[in-house]
Amino acid sequence: MAVLHSAPRFASNEGVIDAISETISVWLIEAHEAHGEVIFRIQRDAVEKVLRILRDDHAYQQLMEIAGADYPSRHERFEVVYMLQSLTKNHRVMVKCSASEDTPVPTVTTLWPNAGWLEREVFDMYGVTFAGNADLRRILTDYGFEGHPFRKDFPLTGYTELRYSEEEKRVVYEPVELAQEMRSFDFLSPWEGADYELPGDEKSRGAPTVNAVKTTESASQTGAGVAANAYAAKATTSAQKASDAPAPGAPNATSKEGGA
Amino acid sequence: MSMQREESLTTTGEVISNYTINFGPQHPAAHGVLRMVMELDGEVIERIDPHVGLLHRGTEKLIEHKTYLQALPYFDRLDYCSPLAMEHSYVLAIEKLLNLEVPIRAQYLRVLFAELTRICNHMLNMGAHILDVGAFTPNLWIMDLREDCLNFFERASGARMHSAYFRPGGVHQDVPEKLLVDIGDWLDNRFFQLFEDAMSLVIDNRIFKQRNVDIAVVSREDAIAWGFSGPMIRAAGIPWDLRKSQPYDVYDRMEFDIPVGTNSDCYDRFMVRVKEVYESAKIIRQCLRDMPQGPIASTDGKVSPPKRGEMKQSMESLIHHFKLYTEGFHVPAGEVYVATESPKGEFGVYLVSDGTNKPYRCKIRPTAFSHLQAMDFMSKGHMLPDATAILGAIDVVFGECDR
Repeated sequence: MAVLHSAPRFASNEGVIDAISETISVWLIEAHEAHGEVIFRIQRDAVEKVLRILRDDHAYQQLMEIAGADYPSRHERFEVVYMLQSLTKNHRVMVKCSASEDTPVPTVTTLWPNAGWLEREVFDMYGVTFAGNADLRRILTDYGFEGHPFRKDFPLTGYTELRYSEEEKRVVYEPVELAQEMRSFDFLSPWEGADYELPGDEKSRGAPTVNAVKTTESASQTGAGVAANAYAAKATTSAQKASDAPAPGAPNATSKEGGA
Repeated sequence: MSMQREESLTTTGEVISNYTINFGPQHPAAHGVLRMVMELDGEVIERIDPHVGLLHRGTEKLIEHKTYLQALPYFDRLDYCSPLAMEHSYVLAIEKLLNLEVPIRAQYLRVLFAELTRICNHMLNMGAHILDVGAFTPNLWIMDLREDCLNFFERASGARMHSAYFRPGGVHQDVPEKLLVDIGDWLDNRFFQLFEDAMSLVIDNRIFKQRNVDIAVVSREDAIAWGFSGPMIRAAGIPWDLRKSQPYDVYDRMEFDIPVGTNSDCYDRFMVRVKEVYESAKIIRQCLRDMPQGPIASTDGKVSPPKRGEMKQSMESLIHHFKLYTEGFHVPAGEVYVATESPKGEFGVYLVSDGTNKPYRCKIRPTAFSHLQAMDFMSKGHMLPDATAILGAIDVVFGECDR
């Protein structure tokens, strides 16, 4: 596919997958290139080893980011993604592994000192633990926060809210109380993608119940003709009469003198 | 803070314990809400534990609940000192997933405003840095220049700070010709006079140098290992600039130099930013000179909205408009990591799409995480007042750090 976008253009991905796969093949689960990104999926236990090989043998000197992601339907629901950058080769790769709550990922603080905070963030937001990280405290959430807010099953509003209490002269924590219902619109078209059924949708299930294909080869088949014209004229006049009467359910007109 | 002066002055070998203080969370030199727990030995910093997250708003989670276009204004609110640079990474990430072509005029406009944002950001940072180490006047002067930049943003987008000007596929609106003329005029007749006046007060100033030279020296190896980027890595003598090495939009057509430091101290970081302002001005002038006429947003009606006039005439445009502002556009499934050179360093967006109209996951890589994390090792052995200089030279903004 021709590259049309104007996003950052780093060195070519050509041959990168082969060159790296060769050296980490023991731990490699899968490698692919999509949207111009090279992604390696590796075994969780080998994260430290693989990243060390990438850093030392393949010159990916910088760890720019560790991102967590949550896929609740998977067996191991979390994904930990490492973004590596090579200053000398001017190239980026992503390395990812899966994890669950009770399967710690080996720390990479031994390779890059800045991994400490990045791992703390993944732990804070998703609850993925990192074996060997000596300082795995929460980082972004409040002191004493409970839960892992970026999990897909954690509500957007959270569970507690805090306010300054004038009576107690301190900040108090309370369960979230919404003044109005959370506005969450599903703009996905009801004809594709929605997982609920609207009234009338059941009609669209299965094949249509027409026995003969309807054709209009002669004028009579269209339903047009003298009879139809007369019927149409009648329907219009009756509709005009009907429009004089108030429509059913319409509010009463405001009377001129009644000001109540 | 415990006072142990009486004991510590003796020479009888009594144990002197360090004391711990809180720097912030409400401190004018903390550049926002940063709490640093400092362990001090007298006035010498032994250890710093920065506590971040006081401004955490859960932006990434909010983005997961919005369509791609609705999520865009959150980026203005990350680094509120350089809002357009934040938008830049995000729109490029969407375009990369869509493989969407952006008209050349839109690319020029983006580069122009990204560089104006860089000047705007550096004005604030340098002013604050100078203020932190004791000089008042330059801040007042260059803040005036920042105000000029904000006025330009207002004329282009209608908002001074939260512009939401860059859109997937281009920019929101074309700019008036007069605005481009005025930006050129401002660079020629106003900007440098005031900027150079302000800089002449500090660059060779003895006090300013005493406060910054040889403070927080970071070796090249450390700068790479700690994941430094932007002026922080360039001050360490590494000519690494994503605009040059991984060009996006029309940066590959621009001629500019990458200023680097030699000593990797706070003074170098400051001077790298000073020089970057000149390079940004160069880029802006090239944009003004070379910008072609043409459309300012993608012609793909499935992504960028139609013009108001078209909607009055064409049913298709009306439908596109309705669909784009209710359902939004769908982005093909996949994941990308797109990083651009924000004024503070590498600002990245890791965007995971599941093929619907909302991002499945949007991880934002703040520049400050690497830099602030290094605060501990950069400050070790320095005096307490040096911490403000180091923090000023990092250029940290908590909207972006805490997200």
